[in-house]
Amino acid sequence: MIRVHDAVVRYPGARVNALDGATFDAPPGCITAVVGPNGSGKSTIVRALIGQVPLASGALQVGAFDVASADRRTLARTLAVVTQREEPVFPLTVREYVMLGRYPHHGAWSALGPADATLADAAAARAGASDLMARRTDELSGGEWQRVRLARALAQGGDVLVLDEPGTFLDVAHEMAAFELLDALARDGRTVLLVSHQLNLVARFASRIVLLHRGRVAASGPPADVMRGDVLEPVYEWPLVVSRDPAVGAPVLVPLRRT
Amino acid sequence: MTTTRWLLLWGALAVACAAGLALGPVALSLGDVVRALLGGGDSQAASIVRDLRLARVCLAVITGAGLGMSGAALQGTLRNTLAEPYLLGVSGGAAVGAVLAVVAGVTAAVALPVAAFVGAATAVGLVLVIARVASGRADPRILLMAGVVVGAFANAAIMVLLAGAGENTVRNALWWMMGSVSAAEWASLRWLALDALVAGAALVAVARDIDLLALGEDAAAGLGVRVATATRRIFLLSALLAAVTVAGAGLVGFVGLVVPAIARALGMRRARGLLVSSALIGATLVVAADVVARTARAPAELPLGAVTALVGVPFFLVRLRRAA
Repeated sequence: MIRVHDAVVRYPGARVNALDGATFDAPPGCITAVVGPNGSGKSTIVRALIGQVPLASGALQVGAFDVASADRRTLARTLAVVTQREEPVFPLTVREYVMLGRYPHHGAWSALGPADATLADAAAARAGASDLMARRTDELSGGEWQRVRLARALAQGGDVLVLDEPGTFLDVAHEMAAFELLDALARDGRTVLLVSHQLNLVARFASRIVLLHRGRVAASGPPADVMRGDVLEPVYEWPLVVSRDPAVGAPVLVPLRRT
Repeated sequence: MTTTRWLLLWGALAVACAAGLALGPVALSLGDVVRALLGGGDSQAASIVRDLRLARVCLAVITGAGLGMSGAALQGTLRNTLAEPYLLGVSGGAAVGAVLAVVAGVTAAVALPVAAFVGAATAVGLVLVIARVASGRADPRILLMAGVVVGAFANAAIMVLLAGAGENTVRNALWWMMGSVSAAEWASLRWLALDALVAGAALVAVARDIDLLALGEDAAAGLGVRVATATRRIFLLSALLAAVTVAGAGLVGFVGLVVPAIARALGMRRARGLLVSSALIGATLVVAADVVARTARAPAELPLGAVTALVGVPFFLVRLRRAA
């Protein structure tokens, strides 16, 4: 469970708040998608969750932890984050990389043991990365890298997953595979919060959509409540229609041409 | 990395140290060296080994190990294969401190290391403050830029200091700035060794943070690292190690750049193994470089920093080309 309560974030030197009193919940057992235009505060929520930007006021709760006061390493055992970008400068083997997910469970001197290796293997299997374990991180394709990163997040062992733009750099097949995997992980009982630009895709997989606008929640609820022209148009400031896909029945956003 | 490779690293260091004790203007046999170390042999050989070369080899080991570890830690944390202590202004700061002492005519044996320490610490503080003012947090790129700027300022300060100094002073200062372990003395070695050991062990203790920071700040934060605190801690420990080496041996460049690259080429990927192997490789290289420095044009002695630079600069260019 993630609970964002009246969260306010202002970056140093900024004239407006990046988050301006956002409030929403991401319950366990389903995918919650945070959407919104550029600069609406989507990524700021992720950065606040990992303690990279402090809240000016309000509260962030992950499971039983208050993010502001929780020990970062303890929190990392519950909350795993797949950030938008991550390019290791120094390549590791995939096995070594997935094992990094076990670091939050160990102090400076305690050694990673067979139990950690077993958990890393299980995480890799769940993320469909088992056959990649002997490869090097700089030899992977975009889709493979995304699976490996998810495996590392699962190896952290927590039940709250946060992903920032998980579909970036993925082709249609890999993107669908990634979202189906996230769906399955949520069905296992995990809390899955994802930040995404791809409204049409999240409308098919997410149980709840949170629409951010200038750091506030403009709308939230099941996809049918948020994926509406009259809700989205003023936020994106672009003429658009929402129709229903005849093949899969999901709401589909179609931006219109202005000329 | 396999046990065999670790044994090879230790073996290489042992061979380098043996050469460091045996070779020089007066070449000794290994038998002479062993006898001298055990307290026997003829008095001239014993004096050369015990009074001159052993301290020299020890200082070279400390210098190489410190620079190697410092480079390994900085490269991981700054996510930059070109980072090394000298790029971060530590050397510049230390040099300013030492040159200031020389120009002021302070001759006490303890003054030079202390002055270098103070200078290095000041440079570290400056770099951190500049980075914080410029970006509000410990951004690795800003830190690197701040280091370059502080280093450039330090160079200018040294030029100004030396401008009015006497010929002898300039000569001493220059010799020190080119790096050398020839002035090794047991009295100061003990403290340098202790400092290097403590800082090195502390770096090994935060090795996992280095592994995670190498993924990037946000990824590290997601894995439980307090990014700003950890970055600052690693940066200060690396700077402390570099300052120890500068205080003992002056400016020995490029070791911090070359050594971690060799360790990685040997298959060291995670920070703990990388740090320890960098200490071994660095020590081996600097001991070997010192042997070259004192035998290549004997009885004249080459500056140690010149030898490491002659090896390091071509290496740097190759790396730069690969990084571009």
